[in-house]
Amino acid sequence: MEKRVVFRSPWLPYALVAPQLAITLVFFFWPAAQALYQSLLIQDAFASKTQFVWFDNFVALFHDPHYLASFRVTAVFSILVTVIGLALALLLAVFADRVVRGATVYKTLLVWPYAVAAAVAAVLFVFLLNPTLGVITHLLRALGYNWNYLLNPGQALTLIVITAVWKQISYNFLFFLAGLQSIPKSLIEAAAIDGAGPARRFWTVVFPLLSPTTFFLLVVNIVYAFFDTFAIVDAATSGGPVQATSILVFKVYQDGVQALDLNGSAAQSVILMAIVITLTVIQFRFVERKVQY
Amino acid sequence: MVERRPLGTVVTHLILIAGVAIIALPLYVGFVGSTLSFGQVTSVPMQMTPGTHLLENYKAVLTSGSTAGSKAPVGQMMWNSLVMALCIAIGKIAISLLSAFAIVYFRFPLRRTFFWMIFVTLMLPVEVRILPTYKVVAELGMVDTYAGLTLPLIASATATFLFRQFFLTVPDELAEAARIDGAGPMRFFVDILVPLSRTSMAALFVIMFIYGWNQYLWPLLVTTREDMYTVVIGIKRMVAGGDTLVEWQLVLATAMLALLPPALVVLLMQRWFVKGLVDSEK
Repeated sequence: MEKRVVFRSPWLPYALVAPQLAITLVFFFWPAAQALYQSLLIQDAFASKTQFVWFDNFVALFHDPHYLASFRVTAVFSILVTVIGLALALLLAVFADRVVRGATVYKTLLVWPYAVAAAVAAVLFVFLLNPTLGVITHLLRALGYNWNYLLNPGQALTLIVITAVWKQISYNFLFFLAGLQSIPKSLIEAAAIDGAGPARRFWTVVFPLLSPTTFFLLVVNIVYAFFDTFAIVDAATSGGPVQATSILVFKVYQDGVQALDLNGSAAQSVILMAIVITLTVIQFRFVERKVQY
Repeated sequence: MVERRPLGTVVTHLILIAGVAIIALPLYVGFVGSTLSFGQVTSVPMQMTPGTHLLENYKAVLTSGSTAGSKAPVGQMMWNSLVMALCIAIGKIAISLLSAFAIVYFRFPLRRTFFWMIFVTLMLPVEVRILPTYKVVAELGMVDTYAGLTLPLIASATATFLFRQFFLTVPDELAEAARIDGAGPMRFFVDILVPLSRTSMAALFVIMFIYGWNQYLWPLLVTTREDMYTVVIGIKRMVAGGDTLVEWQLVLATAMLALLPPALVVLLMQRWFVKGLVDSEK
């Protein structure tokens, strides 16, 4: 879409886009280009010797069992976060949509986790599930279950999944609720007149009509699990125990900032960029379709 | 609801109440923990009703921080977080308004290129380009400054798109009338377009304030001095002192302080928050 009425000036439009463009060039394009370039080099930590090695860094990464393990952990983690997060949010949204009185109260009480920083959420859950002090740990012990996420890899993954789901649930809830409220009531009433009960109505009428929202949230949640969960991992488990929670974003940071393997970390950054670009393209393709829908 | 089922209503409320309670549990336990003394918070099992050390703990962290781990006062960190969140929110809105105005209301060479360049930034979250971005900031001498903390996060394709979408819905007659009355582009922008965009700006402000306040990875890299820590980083540094030394009552008090401002923004500006969330995803 284009404007019919426009202003004319030889310099003003450039001056107007200049601030944003300057920041984009300095803090986005330049670093991204640097990452691309670095990923094709090998140099030691003091940058005294540099060698151009084409794709050796990438080849090395895909032969590195730690990196492949990190891919697996990320896959398991993002599938769990996405599926559990969407299922719980949909459940709450469906019931919140049924409420006649007090709907806004429930909504208010369910949206606030969005405002909590991921790192703060991680600290709250670490306190709740702390191996020695945790309130829930104590309950689990009383039930005969030994919980120690500092030693048990599966439990560490569980901890970050719970925190990530908790943090994202309000976002999913709001979008599901908006999607549910935009479904015409007449369709649901027609199904009810034909004798369909609530469960039948949900699976044959509501859920199919909700699929654009569900698909959108699916992509958003995968992006969230891949990239926005760094703070949760760093604050809750720091990738441990034995790399069990070292997701890809965390590994870029760990290898680059802590282990100072600049080139390996840059190659990992490039792989992550490729993943984000793919996901963004999928999302935009889909959004375009939704507009026509 | 289509039909009236008293039992269904009861079940609905029970499930929602259970959901609210489970979601609120970490907050409640955290709050209780922040009102206890060190002895109380480390005893197993911890009591589940608030204690009497609320004022003492909050005053301690605000003025002098924890004694183990990070020793910087949380008051200073809250100030840093506030500056960062406000700079990011206002900065994003300002530069996006300007560039969206140029892209919608002018025809000029390279317009498409610029638009595309801004669009691509959507695909480069800070997490995937941390080290090179850090290097740029370090070379510019902006480590441990507010500029270094905020500038790299200020460019936003989302906000530019949002304003572009909105400008496209503004009737052309307004720009025509302004031109006939002899108003130049900047006059039109300041007197007509900006006032019309107020709702979008408010919605975006809420989202971006929360985004800025809750930043983690970037401040972690770019702040090395304790007096430049944001409160979210401060908490992490307090916990990092080792398990037995962690003063949980102070850590939890800091956590409560850290989540209060963004939570208040969401609760008090809920209408705009929801609008901003939905709009910025279109």
